[in-house]
Amino acid sequence: MITTDICIIGAGPVGLFAVFEAGLLKMRCHLIDYLPQVGGQLSEIYPQKPIYDIPGYPEVKAQELVDNLMEQIKPFKPTFTLGERVDHLAKQSDGSYIITTNDKTQVHAQVIVIAGGLGVFEPRKPALEKLDHFEGKGVTYMVKNPETFRDKKVILAGGGDSALDWTIYLSKVAQRVTLVHRNETFRGAPDSASKVFDLANEGKIDLILSANLKELGGNGHLNTVKLENKSKEEITIDTDYLIPLFGLSPKLGPIADWGLSIDKNAIEVDTRDYSTGVERIYAIGDINTYPGKLKLILCGFHEAAIMMHSAFKYVYPDQKLSFKYTTVNGVNSF
Amino acid sequence: MVKFTVEDHDGNRQEIEAPDDMGLSLMEVLKASEYPVLATCGGMALCATCHVEVLEGEDELGDATDTELDQLENLPEYFPTSRLACQIRISPLMEGSVIKLRGEDN
Repeated sequence: MITTDICIIGAGPVGLFAVFEAGLLKMRCHLIDYLPQVGGQLSEIYPQKPIYDIPGYPEVKAQELVDNLMEQIKPFKPTFTLGERVDHLAKQSDGSYIITTNDKTQVHAQVIVIAGGLGVFEPRKPALEKLDHFEGKGVTYMVKNPETFRDKKVILAGGGDSALDWTIYLSKVAQRVTLVHRNETFRGAPDSASKVFDLANEGKIDLILSANLKELGGNGHLNTVKLENKSKEEITIDTDYLIPLFGLSPKLGPIADWGLSIDKNAIEVDTRDYSTGVERIYAIGDINTYPGKLKLILCGFHEAAIMMHSAFKYVYPDQKLSFKYTTVNGVNSF
Repeated sequence: MVKFTVEDHDGNRQEIEAPDDMGLSLMEVLKASEYPVLATCGGMALCATCHVEVLEGEDELGDATDTELDQLENLPEYFPTSRLACQIRISPLMEGSVIKLRGEDN
């Protein structure tokens, strides 16, 4: 079990800056994010886009801002659990919480800060009957460990970069790779696309174009995938795995089940300290809502500062908080 | 002002009136009209969470741009007249068009 003062759910810009504000008050932080990297939507969706409304930066690229935040919080040695989703919160008799992720990682914290942005980036799922029935039994939305597919028959579906890249990679690992794409051409990186066409021409993979997923079959575990091509002909392929790769989309996810007051996919907070209605749980950044809320990174930074000063009383119940400027005291690492 | 019709996921249609001189996008007007459009990326054509299908008026509104197609292509499902609402400007061209909300995200 990981033990920390503050557990921050969401490692986007606001979650990262919250570590700095906590650090100034000598509170340690552990961050959990479902994406495999820090930075939230800045790193996942628009790393190379310039941002113009960060005070002091006339222009900064999204990824550069994330890198700078990571540098800024280094003195406070935050720890991270990435690629895992927080599924469950359990209140302890002393008021603290034990947080459990979908991979059964456990974190014990005095305070929880939800800085979850738009929620959890979940894979988009194709509309297929019995899809949920085969999830984890042949249907998977990400390649966590390529060895899972060694000497297996794998169907990938999608036309983006990740579909192309995994087709190329798995062609060396799997017994047989089939890529199903609804169009005749790919819009992904031209290099990867031509590699995929080469592999198909050499007979190393099966490339099925202008076709859509239609039906899944199997008794318990996935055995077959039925496709439909442009002329409405059906093709059934034997397979061990189906990997649909249709990008990610944010969902509020398990946060909705934690007894917090939620309005239109956002958590209602008290603007005095961005606390939720549940003691020791705060919400900052794009995931919260209050009258006058603006979904801006700079507003999230402000919320992080105020919120951490409020959380101090739970981490150090016997101490009096004295407000100090970094210009006076500097940044004292721990 | 222009008037156009929006059809939600349940097939309910509503006429919307929006100013055509404020540089608004269709995504912004849909959000302001309380439709459940996520618009994760805020209008940069980078997330495809404002996917709509143009049911009427597609000739006036034109085809999806390359940037839109890059995103639409990633979706499990899209249609010949699919667009990203964030890339449609509210202009007199929209008068009388019919827009259907698409995508499980919305």
